[in-house]
Amino acid sequence: MTKSKIFFKGILDVGPLMIPVVPFGIIFGVIGMDLGIGPYMTFGMSVIVFGGASQIVLLQLFSGGASSIVILSSVGAVNSRHLLYGAVLSEHLSGLKFIWKVIISYVLVDQAFAVSNEYLKKNKKNKNKHYHLLGGGVTCWTIWQISTLVGIFLGSIVSEELGLKFAIPITFLALLINDFKKIKNVIVMLVSGLIATFGYHLIPFKAYIIVAALSALFVAAFLTNIKLSKK
Amino acid sequence: MHWSLIIYCGIITFLTRFSMIALLKKDTFDQKTKIILSYVPSAIFPAIIFPLIFLDNTGNLDFENNPKIVAAIVAVIIGYFSKNVIATIFSGIVFYWFLIFIFY
Repeated sequence: MTKSKIFFKGILDVGPLMIPVVPFGIIFGVIGMDLGIGPYMTFGMSVIVFGGASQIVLLQLFSGGASSIVILSSVGAVNSRHLLYGAVLSEHLSGLKFIWKVIISYVLVDQAFAVSNEYLKKNKKNKNKHYHLLGGGVTCWTIWQISTLVGIFLGSIVSEELGLKFAIPITFLALLINDFKKIKNVIVMLVSGLIATFGYHLIPFKAYIIVAALSALFVAAFLTNIKLSKK
Repeated sequence: MHWSLIIYCGIITFLTRFSMIALLKKDTFDQKTKIILSYVPSAIFPAIIFPLIFLDNTGNLDFENNPKIVAAIVAVIIGYFSKNVIATIFSGIVFYWFLIFIFY
């Protein structure tokens, strides 16, 4: 397959996964305006950070008055799952030029990883296979920027009475639905949520997100050990 | 909000994606590390979700007459059975509007 065909295959493969990205991007734009961040910075976040969960955590903690160190470490924790993506993809991408690694890293979001990981595994010998990841990633990027802009526009006209802030927890909740049936995941979720809720005032510096997340990951590691030792 | 904070967040996000691709020649994570990292969304998203639902604007627990709890439960049920992200978001928000505008 030629480079452009692989690129378009990436676009087509990631297409269906873009459906939930649109409301998420719109909600981010609306919330950014709602919190008074302004259109330039809200859009700037989507371009510079380009990660839905990171951007919402940044907004959420900033509006709650958290310090930069707490915000940055929380954003780092949200992003730690990307270490896994990079590790899994490294064997397919190790031969690429530095600039390709930079470009692919910038667009390596959850959806692009999900579809291109499958493609790369099946097409190990094709030396243009990374164009699939580029096609998927560029699609995610474009959809994310457009939906952010729509959200910024809507955020400047919709009323605060609609309580759209509630869209933040609901959107994150929707990202977890595939794990609701896994008992270990549910335990990890409850540990995280309860520590964050009851630690909101007790944990200093608004560090409740990072403290809750690290505690819950610790529990996850413990649960993983149980599973492995049974084998 | 400062542009510098946004740029630092961008750098951190980029580096978590870039570091492993740049450093590793092939996948060297062991199975256990991968399983634990796969729990990251379950470990971090509830820390964002729960306080926004169970706490009021001043950060105090709010269990009585809290439409957010009821709407979130509806969204969880819809999400559990439909496994559809859009249906989950819309059912939660629409039910929340129903509660705050009509019911309460």
